[in-house]
Amino acid sequence: MTSMTKKVSFSMLRDFFRGIGRFIKLMSRNKVGFLGLLLFLWFILMAVVGPYMIEEPTSSDITAIYSPPSMEHLLGTDSQGKDIWAQIVHGSTDILKMALFTGVMATFIGVTLGSVSALAGGQFDAALSMLADIWLTIPRFPLLAVIATLVQLDNIFTLSLLLSVLSWAGLYRSIRAQVLSLKERDYVEAAIALDLGLWHIVFREVLPNMMSYIVISFTIAMRQAIYAQVGLVFLGLVPLTRNWGVMINLAWTQGAIFFKDSIYFIMAPVTAIALFVLSVVWMTRSLEEIFNPRLRTG
Amino acid sequence: MKKEHSIEVRNLVRTFGSKRNKVTAVDRVNLSIPEGSVLCLVGESGCGKTTTGKMVAGLLKPSGGEVLYQGQSIWTGKGRKSPGFKKFRLDVQIIHQDPYASLNPAHTVYDTLRYPLLRHGLVRNQQEAYERVRELLRTVGLGPVEDFLPKYPHQLSGGQRQRVSVARALTVEPRFIVADEAVSMVDVSLRISLLKLLSRLKNDLGVTYLFITHDLAIAKFFAWEGEIAVMYVGSVVERAATPQLINSPLHPYSKALLSAAPEPDPELTHQKKRFELRSQDIPSLLALPNGCRFHPRCPFFEKGLCDTVRPQLTPVGDGREVACHIAVRELGIADMAVGNLSDAHA
Amino acid sequence: MLNKATDIKMKNYKIPLSVRDLWVEYAVERGVVKAVRGVSLDLREGESLALIGESGCGKTTLGLSLVRLLVKAGTIRHGGINYVYREGREIDIRQLSERELQKFRWQECAMVFQSALNALNPVLTILDQFHDTFRSHGHKVTKAYTRQRAKELLREVQLDPERVIDSYPHELSGGMRQRVLLAMSLLLDPQVLILDEPTTALDILTQRTIIDLLQRLQSKLGFSMMFISHDLSTAAELADRMATMYAGVIVELGSVADTFYHPAHPYTLGLIQAVPTVTGDFEELSSIPGAPPDLIDPPSGCKFHLRCPYVAERCRHEEPTLVPVDGNPEHTAACFYPEKALAAASAMWKERRDVAGEKTL
Repeated sequence: MTSMTKKVSFSMLRDFFRGIGRFIKLMSRNKVGFLGLLLFLWFILMAVVGPYMIEEPTSSDITAIYSPPSMEHLLGTDSQGKDIWAQIVHGSTDILKMALFTGVMATFIGVTLGSVSALAGGQFDAALSMLADIWLTIPRFPLLAVIATLVQLDNIFTLSLLLSVLSWAGLYRSIRAQVLSLKERDYVEAAIALDLGLWHIVFREVLPNMMSYIVISFTIAMRQAIYAQVGLVFLGLVPLTRNWGVMINLAWTQGAIFFKDSIYFIMAPVTAIALFVLSVVWMTRSLEEIFNPRLRTG
Repeated sequence: MKKEHSIEVRNLVRTFGSKRNKVTAVDRVNLSIPEGSVLCLVGESGCGKTTTGKMVAGLLKPSGGEVLYQGQSIWTGKGRKSPGFKKFRLDVQIIHQDPYASLNPAHTVYDTLRYPLLRHGLVRNQQEAYERVRELLRTVGLGPVEDFLPKYPHQLSGGQRQRVSVARALTVEPRFIVADEAVSMVDVSLRISLLKLLSRLKNDLGVTYLFITHDLAIAKFFAWEGEIAVMYVGSVVERAATPQLINSPLHPYSKALLSAAPEPDPELTHQKKRFELRSQDIPSLLALPNGCRFHPRCPFFEKGLCDTVRPQLTPVGDGREVACHIAVRELGIADMAVGNLSDAHA
Repeated sequence: MLNKATDIKMKNYKIPLSVRDLWVEYAVERGVVKAVRGVSLDLREGESLALIGESGCGKTTLGLSLVRLLVKAGTIRHGGINYVYREGREIDIRQLSERELQKFRWQECAMVFQSALNALNPVLTILDQFHDTFRSHGHKVTKAYTRQRAKELLREVQLDPERVIDSYPHELSGGMRQRVLLAMSLLLDPQVLILDEPTTALDILTQRTIIDLLQRLQSKLGFSMMFISHDLSTAAELADRMATMYAGVIVELGSVADTFYHPAHPYTLGLIQAVPTVTGDFEELSSIPGAPPDLIDPPSGCKFHLRCPYVAERCRHEEPTLVPVDGNPEHTAACFYPEKALAAASAMWKERRDVAGEKTL
C-alpha cells in the first residue's frame, strides 16, 4: 500500500469509528433506548457468534430429561435431555435473519408504494388505496397457513419475501397518510417551485422528515414477521428445524406445560421472543430522538 | 401587455369542493404586472389573495381563466412538460409566510441552498456551489456566512429563516417573486429591513413582485412606487397606484379598511375619521349576496342597483380601476355593468 | 383617552395590581432562561396599560406569572405580586393556595389569551361554557340565569346572542370567538383584565371591532386593563400608559403621549421608527439592527447596547435602571443617555409632521 492509500484507509477507518462513537453517544441519550440497543446487540451477537461458540445439542441424554437450570445447563434441559440454552442460541439465527429481512423488505415496499401513491395522486392513488383497503380485510394468518400447505416454505428467504409481500397494505396506508400530510408543507411547495424533481422531493424533502415514522413501521413489520413465523412453525406448517418456534412446538406437543420442571422448555423460547421484540421497541425510543432534526446542532 | 417578463392573469377562477358544494374562492380576477414593478394584493382573510398568489406562481391550477407569462399561457399545450412551463417554473418563485414551515427541518442552510444550484446546473461542481451559496447569504444579509451554513432551521430566528427563504428563491435567478405575507410572522422591528432587502433586489436585479398582505401599512411602505389591488370575497374591488389609493380611496371597502386601520401614532389614530360599515359579517362563500358582494355592509348601498347588478372593475382615469356603481357614477363615468344590462334590454 | 392618564394621575388612584421586583426563570435543556429580571409595575384603577415588546422579551411570561399560570418549567424566583380587592383587602398572589387561586382567577382577574381559537372547549356550546365558568368558580346558578347573563354580555360584545349562544366554537369565526372569550372573561365582573395579544392575527376590520369594544367596555364597566402585545398601533389606540419591555426588563414607562412622542429609550424609539403608518405620507423607516440577546447567557451591561445607535463605554458594563425623564416621575426610562433618543425622536416627529403638513397644502 502506498502511503496515500494508507492515509486514506486510516482516515476512513477513523471516520467509521467516530461515526460509531457518535451513534452510541446519541443512542445513550435515552436510557431505555440504550438498554434496548444493548439487548438488541446481545441478540445479534448470539445469532452470529453463538452457534460457533456453543455446540449444538444433537444427541439426547436420557439421564438429564427436564433437569432444572444449573451451572452445566443454564436454562435446564428439554424432554430429550438437550440443553435449552444451546437450542436458544442456535435457534436465534433463523428468526433474527428472517425478522430483519422481512422488516427491511416490507418497509421498502410500503415506503415506495406509499410515497409514490401519495405524491402522484389521481387515479393511481385512488386505485391503489382501494386495493389496499380490500387487501386489509383478508385475514393474513389463515392465508399464510393455506399458502404454507401449497408451497414449499423451507427457506428463510422465501418465507421473508412472502411475508413482506402479504403485509404491504398496512404499511402502505400509514406511510401514505404521513406523506400526504408532509406534502402540504411549505418547504415541499418551495421544492416544487424550484423544480427539484419528484425523486428529490420524495427522498430528500419528504422521507428524511418521516424517518422516525419509517423506523417504527420497520419495527412493526419485524414484530409481525416474528409472530407469523413462530406461529407457522408452531403449527408445524413450515419445515424449519433450528428455530424458537420449533422449540415452542416441541415443548407444547411434549406437554411441557404440565410439569413444574419442564416449564423452562416452553418459557425459554417465549421469553427470548418477547425480549427480542422488547429490545427493538426500546431501541426505537432512541432512534426517534436521533431522527428528530431539532436535536441536531450544526 | 407587450412588456417582456411580465405576468398577466385573465378571468382567473378557482373553485373548491364538490359539484354540489362548490365554493368560488377566486372569481374572475384580472391582473397584469409589468416587469420590475410591485403589485400589492391586499385584503382580509378569506378574500382569495393567497389562492390568487399561488395561481400566479403556478403552484395551483386555476379552475378557469388563464395565467400568461411572457404572453404565453402556462397551462395549455403540453402543460407541465412544455419547455415554456419549465422556464416559467424557475422564473417565478415564492416566499412563504411562516418561517417555521418554509424551510425543511432536516436540511442545513447549506443543503437548502445548494440543492437547486446543483439540480439545475447553475454551478458546475461543489466548489462553485459553495462559493455561490456564500454569495447568496451575503446578498440577503446573513453573516458571518460560515456561521450560517451548517445551521439547521430550528437554530435560526424567524427573521433569519425568512432571509434563507429569500436566498433560496434567488438561487434560480427568478424574474418574479410572489411574497405571501412574507413579513407577517417576523418581529416588528425586523420587518423593515426584510422589506428593504426585497426592494433592493427589485432595484438591483429587476425582480418583479406580487406582494400579498393584510397589513395596509406594510403594503403602503413596500409598494409606494407601485400599485395596490384590494380584494374582497374573491374579486378585486379597486386597483390604483399606492399613493392614490392611500390618500383617496374610491371603493367603500377600501375606505373602510383605511379608516379602520390603527396607527402607531396616538394623535393620528384618535383623530382618524371612521368610515362605518353597516354590518360586521363577512358573507359566507356558500351564500354570497346578490349583485355587489359588498352591498349588505356598504353605507353607499342603493336598493335596486347594488343588490341586483354586480359592479365591474371600471377604469376611472389615472390608471385606476374600481368596481362600485356609486363611485363610478360620482366620477361621471359610464357604469359598464349597468350599461351592459341596459344594452341587453334595449 | 389621552387625557385619561393625566386624570388618573390627579386622582388619588388605587392600584389593584402591582408587581415588585419580579424575577422569573425557565429551565430548558441548555440552561436557565432568565425571562423576567426585576420588573416592577403598577396597574392603576381604571387605566389601560400596554406592555409592548417583541418575541423573547418576557412579556408573556410576565403576564402568565401574574395569575400564576406558568408552565411547569417556569418558576418565580423572587418578587411580589400584590393585589387589592375592591373592598380594600390586600393579598400577595404568590402566597395563594391552588384553591384560592382558582377563586381569584376569572373572578378578580381574568386573562384572555392570544390563541382565543383554542381556548374554547370544542365540544361544549357557548352557553355551556358560560355555565361551566360559573360553576367552576363556585357560583351555583341555574341554566336560566346563565343564559340571561350570557346573552347580556354577548350583546355587550356586539354579537347576536340568539345566533351565538347555542353554537359550538367551530361554527364561529375567529373574530367572533375572540369576542365570546371577552364576554366570558367579564362574566364574573373582574376588577382586572389581562389580555395577551388581543389583536394579533386578526384582520383590520375585526381588530377595529375589538379595539372599539375594549374601549367601550372599559369605560362602561370600569375594570383595569393590561394588554400585552407587540403591536404599537394597538397601544396607541387603547392604552393610557405604555411600558416597553426588552430582554426581561421594562426599559421605558410613561403615558402614551410621552412614550410615543418623547421616547427616552433607544429601543422604544427604534420600535416607533420601524412601524409604518397607513394614512399619512411615506415615512423613512428603519429596522433595529442585530437580534434580541440570549437570555440564558445575556451580554454584560445594558442588554440593548449591542444594537444601540448611541452606545457608549458605560453601557457595556453597567445595566441602567428606570429613572425619571426630565424630572417627570410619570415617565421613566432605563438609559444612561436618554437625551440622545429624545433628540432623535424630536427630529423624527418634526419631519413626519412637516411632511404631513406639506401634503395638506
